[in-house]
Amino acid sequence: MSAREQNIAAASQALAETSRVKPAEIVFWLAALASFFLLPEQHLLLSEVLITGLFALSLDLVLGYGGIVSLGHAAFFGFGCYAAGLATKHGVTDPLLGLALVAVLTGALGFATSFLVLRGSDLTRIMVTLSVGVLMGELANRMAWLTGGADGLQGVAPGLLLGRFEFDIFGQVAYAYTLCVAFVLFVLARRFVHSPFGWSVRAVKENALRTSAIGIPVNRRLVVVYTLAAAYAGIAGGLLTQTTQFASLDLFSFHRSADLLLILIIGGTGYLYGGLIGALVFKLIQDAIANVTPQYWEFWIGLLLVSFVLIGRERIVGLPGLVWRRLRGRA
Amino acid sequence: MLTNLFDGVAYGMLLFVMACGLSVTLGLMNLINLAHGAFAMAGGYVTVILVNRLGVPFFAALPLAFVASALIGLALERTLYVHVYRKSHLEQVLFSIGLVFMAMSGVTYTLGSQQVFVHLPAFLSQRFDVFGVSVGAYRLFIIVVCGVLAAALQFAVARTRFGSRLRAAVDDPVVARGLGINVNLVFAVTFAVGSGLAGLGGALGAELLGLDPSFPVKFMVYFLIVVAVGGSAGMTGPLVAALLLGVADVSGKYYLPQFGAFIIYVLMIVVLLWRPQGLFGRAAR
Repeated sequence: MSAREQNIAAASQALAETSRVKPAEIVFWLAALASFFLLPEQHLLLSEVLITGLFALSLDLVLGYGGIVSLGHAAFFGFGCYAAGLATKHGVTDPLLGLALVAVLTGALGFATSFLVLRGSDLTRIMVTLSVGVLMGELANRMAWLTGGADGLQGVAPGLLLGRFEFDIFGQVAYAYTLCVAFVLFVLARRFVHSPFGWSVRAVKENALRTSAIGIPVNRRLVVVYTLAAAYAGIAGGLLTQTTQFASLDLFSFHRSADLLLILIIGGTGYLYGGLIGALVFKLIQDAIANVTPQYWEFWIGLLLVSFVLIGRERIVGLPGLVWRRLRGRA
Repeated sequence: MLTNLFDGVAYGMLLFVMACGLSVTLGLMNLINLAHGAFAMAGGYVTVILVNRLGVPFFAALPLAFVASALIGLALERTLYVHVYRKSHLEQVLFSIGLVFMAMSGVTYTLGSQQVFVHLPAFLSQRFDVFGVSVGAYRLFIIVVCGVLAAALQFAVARTRFGSRLRAAVDDPVVARGLGINVNLVFAVTFAVGSGLAGLGGALGAELLGLDPSFPVKFMVYFLIVVAVGGSAGMTGPLVAALLLGVADVSGKYYLPQFGAFIIYVLMIVVLLWRPQGLFGRAAR
């Protein structure tokens, strides 16, 4: 075997190594499954967390893999919410069919707007994504005859899941449904980011100029990942509408996009689990703060953002591990 | 028609005064600061407290609003902002959003969430006719003040020693340092003046734009538009961008109330697609 062939073999083995399923991942999904049986009272809350996690995962695809700083990702989430609600109200009552429809529609919206984020600096991208978000919110507000305007979209009644299961008020079916959809989407996303195509997307993020020099079409990669992420965000939104049977203008708000960034920063970008873990941690933090000061929790979220940047994510997230190692070292 | 144009110009002038500091900080240190509106809000609230609660005359409150916001800006720059210059744009965005959230709930906590207004002197709240055009005295006042400020800024940047240092630092910070210019000091002063101007703009605009704790988020996009469209090459770009934005927004909301809110966003997207570096010269790198 020549040196060149050896290099190639070593490289492909290293890549295969990273895509292998790790024990921690199996534990993670087993824990998610166990939560369904062990925490029956928390199903509604867990569905919400999981949906937020899926939404954050979609932003991770854009930010952690594509390297695009987006402040308007809530546009796709909100669009998915309304699309699912309207589809249900206008005849497409089968939840899975509705979700597929939502994925296609949001993907199309993502594809159309992806060309806006290809050009310019980070600032330009931030502004364009922010504006698309505001525009979508304003559209939903203006088209009150379709969306219900400020009152929100009410009376969404999804049909039986798989023709058998009815969405109950305790969220049992909703959580099982969300869990299954999230798992399938996660596996697909995992497959995507570990494929050669996914690696080329990461290369674009690292250095767009060099990537184009080795013959990878940079813009096409970004369009694909942006479209995919939009479809994921749309599905997350669709799940929310189907499980809560309601959609409101608040979905488009700037807070949603900002909270989402915080979730992703808590969980970490670029390994897909960040969004899911971040969503759970964020919900716990939010609940803890809301118990202390229900009205001003926004302040603490702000403080959290500032300290994450100033102190650094590694140091905050690494703190428990550091304390643990210290304790063990002493024992 | 002319009244609309006049209102638009007043609005644009206000936006310019509030946003010009942002364009310089962005160009100088490549810092994406989404919290700029918080300084404008600070100026607005300082004025409201001074005029409404303490009975300070409106004209005395304006310079105090400038000073207060400038001091807040200077303090934050020295303690917090210096640490994020070298961080990624994403981290700068997160950091400044965090500041905005803290500022918003801080104001809600101390002053309540309802909209507040400044008690203007009587002669500023009247209207009169100039050649058949109905003109609000307060808007005229804003145009005059902001026009004078814009001229003074243009002079300061183009003609003074500090201005030439500032331009050198914007063009190439490394070489400017090599020539013995204290870039950090230049930046601290610029940041403080920019924050102060934002505060003054907020004080002037409290009556026109409406002041409540969500002010920084509501106008964040407007400031960014002024900066991104105007570029950071000088004072002229942001001024023209702000005037265009003001006129477009006011007349858009007047003539096409159904689509008023869309116009500026669509316009901005089109401009940024056409010229990603802004209409005038280069924007942030």
